[in-house]
Amino acid sequence: MTLDPRSIADKAPRPERHVPVVVVGAGEAGVAAAVAAARGGAQVLLVDEHPVDNDMMAMDVPLYFGQRMQESVRNRALMMERVVEANPGLAEAHEAGVDVQLGTYVWGAFVNGPSVRELPGPMLGLADDRRSWLVGYDRLIVAAGARDVALGFPGWERAGAMGAAGAHALLTRYRALASKRMLILGSGSLALATAALALEHGIDVAGVVEVGDAVHGEIGAFPTLHGVPVYLSHTVKEARGKVGEVESVVLVQVDAALEPVVDTEREIACDTICWALGLVPNVELLHLVGARLLFASSRGGWVPQLSDVMQTTAAGVFAVGDCAGVRGDRAMAREQGRVAGIAAAQSLGANLSPLPARRRTESDGPAVHAYWQQWLQSLVHVGGWEVNVCQCEEVTRRELVEVKPPRYLKWDSPQMNARSLETILGDGPVNQDQIKRLTRAGMGPCQSRRCREQVGLLLAQSAGTTIDRIPLPSFRPPLRPLPLNVLWPADEPPAMREQWVSWFGIPTQFSPHWEAGMAIAEPTAQTPLILSDE
Amino acid sequence: MPDPKGAAVVIIGGGVTGLSAGWWLARSGVDVLILEKGIVGWEASGRNGGGATHVYSPFGLEEQRLWPQMDELLGYPTEHQPYRIGIALSEAQLALARRWAEIGETRGFRWELLDRQQVKELVPIAGDNAIGGTFLHFGGHANPQRTVQGYAWALQDHGGRILQHTTVTGLTIHGGRVTAVETTRGSFGAETVIVAAGPQTGLFAEMLRVSLPLAPARVEMIATEPLPLMRHGGVAGNGLYGRQTLRGNLVYGGGPHEWINVPDMATPEHPNTPLVRNLARRLAELLPGAAHMRVIRSWGGVVENTPDGLPVVDRLASPDNVIIATMSSVGFGLSPAVGKAISEMVMHGRCLFADLSAIALGRFAETPSDWRERAGWIAAGSPIAEATAGGAR
Repeated sequence: MTLDPRSIADKAPRPERHVPVVVVGAGEAGVAAAVAAARGGAQVLLVDEHPVDNDMMAMDVPLYFGQRMQESVRNRALMMERVVEANPGLAEAHEAGVDVQLGTYVWGAFVNGPSVRELPGPMLGLADDRRSWLVGYDRLIVAAGARDVALGFPGWERAGAMGAAGAHALLTRYRALASKRMLILGSGSLALATAALALEHGIDVAGVVEVGDAVHGEIGAFPTLHGVPVYLSHTVKEARGKVGEVESVVLVQVDAALEPVVDTEREIACDTICWALGLVPNVELLHLVGARLLFASSRGGWVPQLSDVMQTTAAGVFAVGDCAGVRGDRAMAREQGRVAGIAAAQSLGANLSPLPARRRTESDGPAVHAYWQQWLQSLVHVGGWEVNVCQCEEVTRRELVEVKPPRYLKWDSPQMNARSLETILGDGPVNQDQIKRLTRAGMGPCQSRRCREQVGLLLAQSAGTTIDRIPLPSFRPPLRPLPLNVLWPADEPPAMREQWVSWFGIPTQFSPHWEAGMAIAEPTAQTPLILSDE
Repeated sequence: MPDPKGAAVVIIGGGVTGLSAGWWLARSGVDVLILEKGIVGWEASGRNGGGATHVYSPFGLEEQRLWPQMDELLGYPTEHQPYRIGIALSEAQLALARRWAEIGETRGFRWELLDRQQVKELVPIAGDNAIGGTFLHFGGHANPQRTVQGYAWALQDHGGRILQHTTVTGLTIHGGRVTAVETTRGSFGAETVIVAAGPQTGLFAEMLRVSLPLAPARVEMIATEPLPLMRHGGVAGNGLYGRQTLRGNLVYGGGPHEWINVPDMATPEHPNTPLVRNLARRLAELLPGAAHMRVIRSWGGVVENTPDGLPVVDRLASPDNVIIATMSSVGFGLSPAVGKAISEMVMHGRCLFADLSAIALGRFAETPSDWRERAGWIAAGSPIAEATAGGAR
């Protein structure tokens, strides 16, 4: 008997190529990994999504660009040149024999498991602006970097509210940041480095704002920042400007309880306000391959559990650089990449000596989530509960913690009004995915990049717990918002087209119960509708 | 630890079938307790196409009667929307769409055949590849996640209880009856037990030594960014099921399933695969005007099927205080009616509004345990054939 023709059995996806080692991300760690693996004799593919196209940037994907791109980002060829120029490691990788593909998104990772057995092997979903394809791998080294943390205030939807990682990318890789005067939120090493970088590129820094009463970073290490105003014990009240633009920011002083102090508001002219409170490891791919993640506030949040050669708990998958834990240390990132690259090549049979150096002891940075919670608290005290926490779906802080159905449903009932986060907590611990689906916070096209942390922090705070105690909300492919006509396959196995049905194709499943024995075979591309008495 | 207080009716499984049954019972004043191993409606019950157009079913007429009242009955939004549009890209697809419509007609519902122009007027993002379609003045769709939560909350509003994160570990049988349900949070006494445990229902049938063949399978869906709302969101065809949500997202599934095993009470993994690309292709073919829209999410789910694809909703002969309910992968839309039927079986000894003899358990009394291989669903000797999928021992 032939196998169920409507099942996946003879339609398993075939990667269009197979590469023994794939490295995702061409930052310091990724390049070092790719070079080390290639020098170890492995065939290596190194992919990086930059330069991303303007439409993706406009959605703040993958970084928080805040609409502060110059027109030049529409010139793909120019951006490709600049991205290559900005990263000397790419040439080194090329010389080492690495196949380097830029402008290439990694939107999925697929592995067999208890519920998936039909894949011919582990594979990645890749895409550029025109098409998507699959690449099989034996070893995967994820060097996906980190993204920004944003916390809302009135006006944070305006063009000009952006993140430090977005600013760094636009300044150093694209040389296309459309900003003249920038106000920086935070005073840790990321904030100070961002301020110094902006000054270096001729951008006026309007000030550094710190909610705490002391500067967090070593400001003495950044001599160019001398003279830049530092606003301690301040938070943001509002970003103002003509339609849709940031033209000024109103700051207010806060007291020890993070409450606003009367008559301390000051309006600062600037076209850009940049969150530089810290970075979050990009663990999406690691989550998809089933790598175990642990919470480490001193490394930015959820990070992979790693062996001493940077191997995750998922078979053949390594993690290096900021996605393995944010440390902002380039030398360390390179070292991690080198170790993982050698280990990957060795595990594929390369006869390398010496064995990879064990990683040196790595010191963690300060815990960041308590700091972010402090900022958020000040913003809530000053800005109130009617501020959007999710821009895409326009969900306010109040709607989130009261678990309101979305406004477009225009729903009102005493039963619904009696429900809140508190009543949900009576039924079980807080689960962000559940709250997201009820309120729609985080369900928009930016794929919750702009709101993930503040949703988690607000829910944790409202539930009387801390963010490390609530489960990580899920990631699902595609990890980048890709158009249907990019994601679709140009070519499909014939059986996929011929045998496709909407639901199982069990002939009696939808037969009228009053016609006993009637079978309806759902038609396919090759067969007509068949009605028969079984 | 909760107070391990039993209930007149203990329901195993907080999916859409168990929740609806519990809600109907609670609103009739019956003391009801739902035991859920995770979060209510968390698996396939809360993530599916949301379709509510199953007039072929013995529950079909009640499904159609109840859905327009559900928001009011529950007191929570279900996002129910009436009507369905079927778009056909081929004569074969048109024949299927017509067949669905004609089944409705037999039951007294109205429908219209659409030509290409009419399809494009109703669905501006349909393309010239559409050869026609059907407009059903019946059926509809709702938001599964919001609906399952609505059932759960409404059940509580009527005094019913739900224990989440509570896994059932066994059943205590005394004198031919299940007297208690054993869980990770204690033992719960029961006069009547309803098993509505989705893909794990078969594990309970085995515990109770009854033949219930059930094959679990994994299926997938995709969701796009929001589009402007169409006049009717209930648009499907080209081998896809789904809808435009009231937010505007296109949410569609279909295509090949993968047969799997669900060997224990743990929530089965439900990842997506590269099939999301093939789904994207069919959706762009169905609605070419939306081909440039971005896919922002996908889901996978695990559902269970009986050999004939039809539900089992039946009271066991022994132990005779147990009702088994599996909807054979088509449970969400029928849930208002099925829950009502189960509540009537508890309170009145039988379903008052429909004859359920066609979906009785007895039809599988002699089904051999290797029925999946015999039906050609899986290969003999394949890794998943090592586990049984119910049937007679």
